Amino acid sequence: MNFFLEIKESFVIALQAITANKMRSVLAALGIIIGITAVTIMQTAIEGINRAFNNSIAAVGADVLYVQKFEWFGKEDWNVYKNRKDIKMSNFEFLQKNVQSAASMCPSVGSSRTLKYGDLSLENVFVNGTTDEYQATLSVNMSDGRFMTKRESDGGYPVVMIGADVKKAFFENSNPIGKAIKIGNYNFRVIGVVEKQGSLLGMSFDNRVIIPIELFFKLYGTKRSLSINVKAADMGNMDETKEEVGAWMKKTRKIPYGGRDDFGINQQEAFKSTYESLTGLIKLIGTMITMLALIVGSIGIANIMFVTVKERTKEIGIRKAIGAKRRAILMQFLIESVTICLLGGIIGLLISLPISFLIDAFILPTAIPLWIVFLAIFISIFFGVLSGFFPAYSAAKMDPVDALRYE
Amino acid sequence: METVIELKDIFKTYVMGMENLTVLKGVNVTIERNEYVAIMGPSGSGKSTLMNIIGCLDTPTSGDYILSGNNVSEMDDQELAEARNKEIGFVFQTFNLLARIDALHNVELPLVYSGMKKDERIEKAEAALTNVGLEDRMTHKPNELSGGQRQRVAIARALVNNPAIILADEPTGNLDTKTGEEIMALFETLHANGNTIILVTHEEDIAKHAYRIIKIRDGEIESDTVNPNKIKKAELKAKEVIID
Repeated sequence: MNFFLEIKESFVIALQAITANKMRSVLAALGIIIGITAVTIMQTAIEGINRAFNNSIAAVGADVLYVQKFEWFGKEDWNVYKNRKDIKMSNFEFLQKNVQSAASMCPSVGSSRTLKYGDLSLENVFVNGTTDEYQATLSVNMSDGRFMTKRESDGGYPVVMIGADVKKAFFENSNPIGKAIKIGNYNFRVIGVVEKQGSLLGMSFDNRVIIPIELFFKLYGTKRSLSINVKAADMGNMDETKEEVGAWMKKTRKIPYGGRDDFGINQQEAFKSTYESLTGLIKLIGTMITMLALIVGSIGIANIMFVTVKERTKEIGIRKAIGAKRRAILMQFLIESVTICLLGGIIGLLISLPISFLIDAFILPTAIPLWIVFLAIFISIFFGVLSGFFPAYSAAKMDPVDALRYE
Repeated sequence: METVIELKDIFKTYVMGMENLTVLKGVNVTIERNEYVAIMGPSGSGKSTLMNIIGCLDTPTSGDYILSGNNVSEMDDQELAEARNKEIGFVFQTFNLLARIDALHNVELPLVYSGMKKDERIEKAEAALTNVGLEDRMTHKPNELSGGQRQRVAIARALVNNPAIILADEPTGNLDTKTGEEIMALFETLHANGNTIILVTHEEDIAKHAYRIIKIRDGEIESDTVNPNKIKKAELKAKEVIID
């Protein structure tokens, strides 16, 4: 018999059998429905986390080294890092004078303050003090206005560049350039708006302002540890730059040969690998749970299929008597189980769709990628074949005489 | 005359634990095209086993069964299914229709398994149902039909693939006498139209419709005779023709 005709006929028979036992079919498919819903939602969530991460990681340059008191993913106790000597402007100036393999570098220091504009106020805004070199070092793009000049930076002019969140809060419908805002009790003139950079795990890169570091020290004091941001001249030679920066840091910090570093040279790579091992773990656990749901669902369907085959022994006998080959019977029950699983998969997708929209609206921006739909359908078919095979095989190899006699 | 069935020294032995149970002990039968044969015998005589072998549902332990020139004894599962599909039309005591589908689709089913196209299938199934007088019952499901009508659907299903033999197992066993007679009249018509009919029964009343009666006892053929009543009728008809 023609293969496609055979599949089509088996599909018609399967639909008849499924609609004849609606309740049972739905209950049988429940495990698959839950499994597919879990797969889809988990993948959607991971997709969302990845998107958020990639948006934010772009804000932290991949070719930039961050020389700080802390190591981002260090193994030492927090106190060890905290009790280290602060990183000072003198360290920065020493590096600036000596490091050869850097394209540019800037000091950076920060503190949280309250901002005011007219009657409006915004609390806990990160105030970032740095130099004009910051723009080149961290590849900052301006959506409006300009970055500070060297003259403004060195002279400690009261100018400010605001983040996207600050613009939204104060200047939703107006042009911020040239306006005066208050940081604490001091007036600053807005000269630029930094392009939106996104957020990661509730941490926004847009809820901040940038001012000249000279002014920052004047207003808030110099007793702070810097972050020295170094952009490597050649991204392919990050390790070399890291080594050179480390060597000069040892010198300026007067660490003897073989002594322990009292600073960390951080880079995005460390952030990324930690992130990847974290999401990897989420994926692993998620996949295990989903597999469990699908396997339990599959056992449920296999069970129902065995019952169905037993119940329809007489029917199998009749079909064989009028000329159904083993393969036709095998196909009939296999396609019935695949159809149940496929319906379960489609219902699962329909359930996870609104849930994904809710996640998108309230937790983190995401979307169901098309490949997840195909994956869900593939998994449904796979488990349909898996759970249907043995029942279908037992039906196919029934002896027609015994099957006909069965009541 | 063309030979449709040739059973040569058929043995069937079942292994029951440590013992062997021989149900058929060397059966030899030849049936020609357009014969109308009744196979009779009490229960346990081997009658059902013989029917299963003739119907290609089972194969003999030894001996040759030639059906339309092919040796069934040597067929595998796949070929047996094909033989049942193309050469045999079954009519059962309990009708054995599929409950979920209507008369037309029940009749269509053997054609589905022979891989025929949809349009052609429907056309043939409709013709077969018309043949048994059920042209206005095609979309009825089995539970919407009377016993006699159900058996007619089953007969239409048996006829639809134009088989070499129609194998009827106690076809009137679940019907009242009047309906039973109607079904037997239908078989008579089918025979008159050139079909080969094998009737398996234990009832004398039913067997007397056949032209040849084979009696089985203890796995052996007890007698194989021409039905004298039918011959008389045939002779009478012949005389009438001469007188005319």
